[in-house]
Amino acid sequence: MPQGTYLRLLVFFLGPALVLYSVFSIYPLLATILNSLYSHQKDGSFLWNGLGNFHTLLFDPTWSEPFWNALKNNFVFFLIHMLVQNPVGLMLAALLSLPRLRFRATYRTLIFMPTMLSVVVIGFAWQLILSPLWGIAKMFLQTFGLGFLFAPWLGEESSALITVSLISVWQFVGIPMILIYTALLAIPDELIDAATVDGLNQFQAFFWVKLPLIWPTIGLVSVLTFVNNFNAFDLIYAMKGALAGPNFATDIMGTLFYRTFFGNQLQLGDPSMGSTIATMMFLIILIGIMVYLFLVQRRIQRYSF
Amino acid sequence: MRKPASAFAVHAILGLYTLLAIFPIVLVIMNSFKAKRAIFNTPLRPPLPETFDPIGYSRVFGDSSLPFYYLNSITVTVGTIFLTLLTGAMAAWALSEYKFRWNTLLALYLSIGIMVPIRLGSVAIIQLVAEMNLINTLTALVLVYTAQNLPLAVFILSEFIAQIPRDLREAARCDGLSEYNIFLHIILPLIRPAMATVAVFTMIPVWNDLWFPLLLAPTGGKQTITLGVQQFLGQYITDWNAVLAALSTAIVPVLVLYVIFSRQLIRGLTSGAVK
Repeated sequence: MPQGTYLRLLVFFLGPALVLYSVFSIYPLLATILNSLYSHQKDGSFLWNGLGNFHTLLFDPTWSEPFWNALKNNFVFFLIHMLVQNPVGLMLAALLSLPRLRFRATYRTLIFMPTMLSVVVIGFAWQLILSPLWGIAKMFLQTFGLGFLFAPWLGEESSALITVSLISVWQFVGIPMILIYTALLAIPDELIDAATVDGLNQFQAFFWVKLPLIWPTIGLVSVLTFVNNFNAFDLIYAMKGALAGPNFATDIMGTLFYRTFFGNQLQLGDPSMGSTIATMMFLIILIGIMVYLFLVQRRIQRYSF
Repeated sequence: MRKPASAFAVHAILGLYTLLAIFPIVLVIMNSFKAKRAIFNTPLRPPLPETFDPIGYSRVFGDSSLPFYYLNSITVTVGTIFLTLLTGAMAAWALSEYKFRWNTLLALYLSIGIMVPIRLGSVAIIQLVAEMNLINTLTALVLVYTAQNLPLAVFILSEFIAQIPRDLREAARCDGLSEYNIFLHIILPLIRPAMATVAVFTMIPVWNDLWFPLLLAPTGGKQTITLGVQQFLGQYITDWNAVLAALSTAIVPVLVLYVIFSRQLIRGLTSGAVK
């Protein structure tokens, strides 16, 4: 093929995708990082500020307090997902992948259902269920004689973050479940048969044979959880608004970013500081991905069947 | 699973969890058809003839622009799927068929978009969209969502194209078909199953997204249904009939689509498409 024709072919086929992707994805990411190095003036112009915005964000109390608060909350949010969502997902996947299980497809489809729905809908539905006005949650606890445990969990500073995190866990448990379930199905039956012949029961076979084989998938699920959690916004916004109440108890990086950039009842919007927070989120997510790539993936032995 | 006792335990755990997963959804839909008094007095009972009351729905479809928001969501979702599949399939074909110098580098460049959420570039996206005079338009949403979904689409599609036997393309070339015609008449029809997988993967997050509609098209009747429901809920927060009906109208279409496509979706997920 002549050089010119070849080039024209490449431009024709690759051009549209590359232009769209570069203009609306890569350029905004780079521009945001660049924005974080300028400071926004009252007249709307931008002045070079070096790493000044980062210094302000980390050390000026009016900025650093909300920042550390949001970062801490975000870690709690992530930890709850790691401690509840992923183990529960693993357990459900292990049960679903048992041989000769009846109603397998029905369970799988129904458990995955909440993952499909909009966070807005999920957030509001749970708000209604937990609301003292409707009293569904209270009624349930009373049935088991535990009525005294009921509190307006979403409204109290001490429990709001945990409650919101658990609602998010409830919605997204389908993702680790399906990914781990797939990995479990890929393990050949002969391995399990061999283990059973050697005298292991189902439970032992899972722990000593299957679990070590699915570590790569568990690593993948962890890094996906990390990226999604540090990028989360919708659920908190839908349930608690941009102010992430009560008293910023549910504020995470995503809501802090939104508030800073757009402004709210308490402050004016600031594109430079917004970009600075977005860049911090970018760095945090990058660190998470690096840790995954260098630590987890390197140590994992890949088994091929 | 030989002992009946352990089989029972497995079904008990899975059954209980399934109940936990669908209970809130069933509860909301069930109560959306009931009169206000019944919602509060007997929330766990399905609507009976004496408690049936569609007042919430008449409020949702009467006083508000929700039907238009549905249309907006459909337009954005279909537009995004179309643009993602078209440009994605073209790029996937070029990347897997033509071996040129920047091939690997381009694949790496695209993989950034899979790992780093495009949301982090929101500040610049808004400035860009404002400069293009596209604020409060559905076009802006389609463009941003396409950029967001392209990388994964290219990877899934190029993996699929690589599996098509080489002889097929070489035979077509011998027959004198141009590269464009090979793509259009041979490759595109063959990758239809992979395109369906990409479409399902693209559809759900786009339909459910709150962030970009909130940033790029928050007013002017261009809201998507997700944002529209969010705003509607904010206004009618004390009107339980309307709130429950609005939630149900947002849930039901997604559930219908999910039931239709669940096999495709799970097959896509289980074939390792997201890895």
